[in-house]
Amino acid sequence: MASVPHIQMPHTSEEGAANRKPSPDEKFIQVKDLSFWYGEKQVLFDLNLDIPKNKVTAFIGPSGCGKSTLLRNFNRLNDLVEGVRHTGDITIGGRSIYDEKLDVITLRKRVGMVFQKYNPFPKSIYENVIFSKRIAGVNKKSELDEVVVRSLQGAALWEEVKDRLHDSALGLSGGQMQRLCIARAIANDPPVLLMDEPCSALDPIASSKIEELIHELKDRYTIVIVTHNMQQAARVSDRTAFFYLGKLIEYDETENIFLHPRNPQTEAYVSGSIG
Amino acid sequence: MAATPEISATQEPPSGASTERRHVKPPAGEGFVWLTAMGLAFGIIMILGLLALIFVKGVQTFWPRDIHVVELVDDSQFTLQGSSTIAGSISDERVKRVPSGQILAEGEKEAREYQFFVGNRDAYGLSFLYVDADDIASWEEPESIMQAERIGWGDSIFYPVSLTLADGSTLPADAPEFEARLHALIDTAAERREEMRHINRGEIGHISQQIVEKERRMRVLREEDGLEASAPEMQELQAELDQLQQESRQLQDEVAQVRDRNDQEQLTYRVITGEERTEPISDLIKVWKPNQMGFFDKLAWFGGDFWSFMTEEPREANTEGGIFPTIFGTVVLVMMMSAAVMPFGVIAAIYLREYATQGPFVQIVRISINNLAGVPSIVYGVFGLGFFVYFLGGTIDDIFFPHHESSVFKSGGILWAALTLALMTVPVVVVATEEAFASVPSGLREASLACGASKWQTIQRVVIPAAAPGILTGLILAIARGAGEVAPLMLVGVIKLAPSLPVDATPPFIHLERKFMHLGFHIFDLGFQSPDSEAAKPMVFATTFLLIMLVIALNLGAILIRERLRKKYAYGSF
Ligand SMILES: Nc1ncnc2c1ncn2[C@@H]1O[C@H](COP(=O)(O)OP(=O)(O)OP(=O)(O)O)[C@@H](O)[C@H]1O
Ligand SMILES: [Mg+2]
Repeated sequence: MASVPHIQMPHTSEEGAANRKPSPDEKFIQVKDLSFWYGEKQVLFDLNLDIPKNKVTAFIGPSGCGKSTLLRNFNRLNDLVEGVRHTGDITIGGRSIYDEKLDVITLRKRVGMVFQKYNPFPKSIYENVIFSKRIAGVNKKSELDEVVVRSLQGAALWEEVKDRLHDSALGLSGGQMQRLCIARAIANDPPVLLMDEPCSALDPIASSKIEELIHELKDRYTIVIVTHNMQQAARVSDRTAFFYLGKLIEYDETENIFLHPRNPQTEAYVSGSIG
Repeated sequence: MAATPEISATQEPPSGASTERRHVKPPAGEGFVWLTAMGLAFGIIMILGLLALIFVKGVQTFWPRDIHVVELVDDSQFTLQGSSTIAGSISDERVKRVPSGQILAEGEKEAREYQFFVGNRDAYGLSFLYVDADDIASWEEPESIMQAERIGWGDSIFYPVSLTLADGSTLPADAPEFEARLHALIDTAAERREEMRHINRGEIGHISQQIVEKERRMRVLREEDGLEASAPEMQELQAELDQLQQESRQLQDEVAQVRDRNDQEQLTYRVITGEERTEPISDLIKVWKPNQMGFFDKLAWFGGDFWSFMTEEPREANTEGGIFPTIFGTVVLVMMMSAAVMPFGVIAAIYLREYATQGPFVQIVRISINNLAGVPSIVYGVFGLGFFVYFLGGTIDDIFFPHHESSVFKSGGILWAALTLALMTVPVVVVATEEAFASVPSGLREASLACGASKWQTIQRVVIPAAAPGILTGLILAIARGAGEVAPLMLVGVIKLAPSLPVDATPPFIHLERKFMHLGFHIFDLGFQSPDSEAAKPMVFATTFLLIMLVIALNLGAILIRERLRKKYAYGSF
């Protein structure tokens, strides 16, 4: 990991001054005037939001409103889609992720992602966890072993799989696979962890395990989670952003969004009358 | 609403009319299901029938058949060199063909005729004889009649008379130890043959290679460096050459001695026409008395015959002996083809699907590749001859072997044949690989990229392993197409009789430039090019049988590997 330059670059004096106004941690991820197009179709409209460090931020909103699109912009996974275009900027730790000098591979090493559909590789549990290490060229057994233990413990999966690390990952249950994917995402110890509906394919028990896990992880990671489950958003997040048709309608402390929403649309959505 | 009449029908009081109506009208399209099922059944029956025919005919070749001694009626026209007694095994039985224009008279029944294998082509000038069933007066299966497989002239059928031993004494056939002695002598003769072959092929071959090499060096020195024959270097070479030739002569003498010894022991036998003949034991490969054999004796004999068919080299313009070199050549060819086509096809597919900018141009390339699969194989043969053999081979010869008298790579060889087949089958692999790539779940790619993998790392570590079973399907299809192909090979390196195998114990072990034998070509050559096609017929069936077995075996191998990969990379839970 030593070879991977940290994304938190030394700030230039003006920039640092601008960023540090309240506290840099409050604006760890900054979305500035972001608009985004798939081809001719605009899906994000002038978004502005600041995501605090080591907190859980939830994105909620009806299907198709652009939550995943925004999330996938944070690690530039949308670059894979042909004909995408954006205006505005996103900074993480003060540095623009669209910076030409920033290698997208470096970015993705610092921003882990967990997907809606659990997608372990058709390899052993062990190889799944250390995938990001292998591609970074780490092959030292002791180091890899340590990463596996730490990541699986971090993802609360260690006790369940410690005796079958070299079995195929595809033999796990859905909830276990999703936690394995979390272990895989945190193996690089990324400062930011993106989760796109991580529980949508899981039963309530598995979901609650993941939720507990999110609680534990937030000390060390800045987590952004997309969810359709209002209770889940209320339970796990510190901040909640409500999107509607590609626009940010309301963004506040989770408590406020659910108990005292200022916007009637937000109120309608969280109370279940639109969606 | 489709359900409505159904409901009303059940609600109606049960009446004959309504039940009948429901039975009479089958669901629409039922007839087509039957049609498709019949089509499939027809196809399967045809294929199974073909395989069964080839299997039975192929296997029959090695089954020892009884020898019948047949007495013909007095005025029969089917005599064997004037003799009205015939000995042979029945190789075919059929309705006699009526000459055209002639109509069977009222009450006259169809005449049957037998085809006898009478052997002794050297004595009779033929080895098969058709005889009308009506002309046969009596049948007999004498126990003492013997059949022999010989090195030349095909099989022989005879009554043994006596053995002439090396010391000049004779042993009559009715002596109790006669048969044991005969078998022992045949075995020693086989050992001596092997010894001679060893000297001829191995030692003499090695020396002649050195002689050719020395002569070439002398020629180079003479022509390029202008050295006189008296120059010390030349003299030295000449001395070495003389030495080698001396050695070669000695070995040849040795061989001649062994051969003489082998010719001293002889078998005298009487064929059915009464003629007595004498033949050196060394001409015999094995002898047996089929009429004395029980079922299990025959089974054991069959096993041995089949084994030697698979492991021995051909004799008698390929119509006798085994077909080992052809099996070996085919296997090596297919493996070399696979080794060439896999990387080539997979790399092409990776570029096409993952890196090339998708658009009309790539689409045209893709369609062209698809269409290449339909180009007649002989066209690939012509291309292989022109490009690989003449152009590439010619260039290699010019650069690396300028002083060789005969061309090395500028003539057909197993490398060029394998590359030609690889070229022919590459579209199959490309198409299958592209499909396999497309069916890898996009979630896997995204997961890999989100972990910070580059595109190439993603392809290499995630996409290719997950697509491996599909890629192997492509290889299986390629093998299926390549293994049975003959036409292009005839232009780029297959021959009727190859003096040596493409892979053997002499360095550099794999001889890419050597010509080779091939099962498919062997079938063509035996069945349609050999002077005695009747004698070769059983061999054709047996060879066809083996070719089919080989293709099945190669495919099974690839399928097994694929299943193992499938298990490893199963994506059932998605
Ligand atoms: N690859 C794509 N190409 C074109 N349009 C896309 C693509 N992906 C998403 N969109 C469109 O962008 C809009 C936002 O999609 P997005 O996936 O971000 O919604 P979402 O809020 O995540 O919805 P959900 O809650 O259903 O996951 C949708 O209208 C969708 O049709
Ligand atoms: Mg989504």
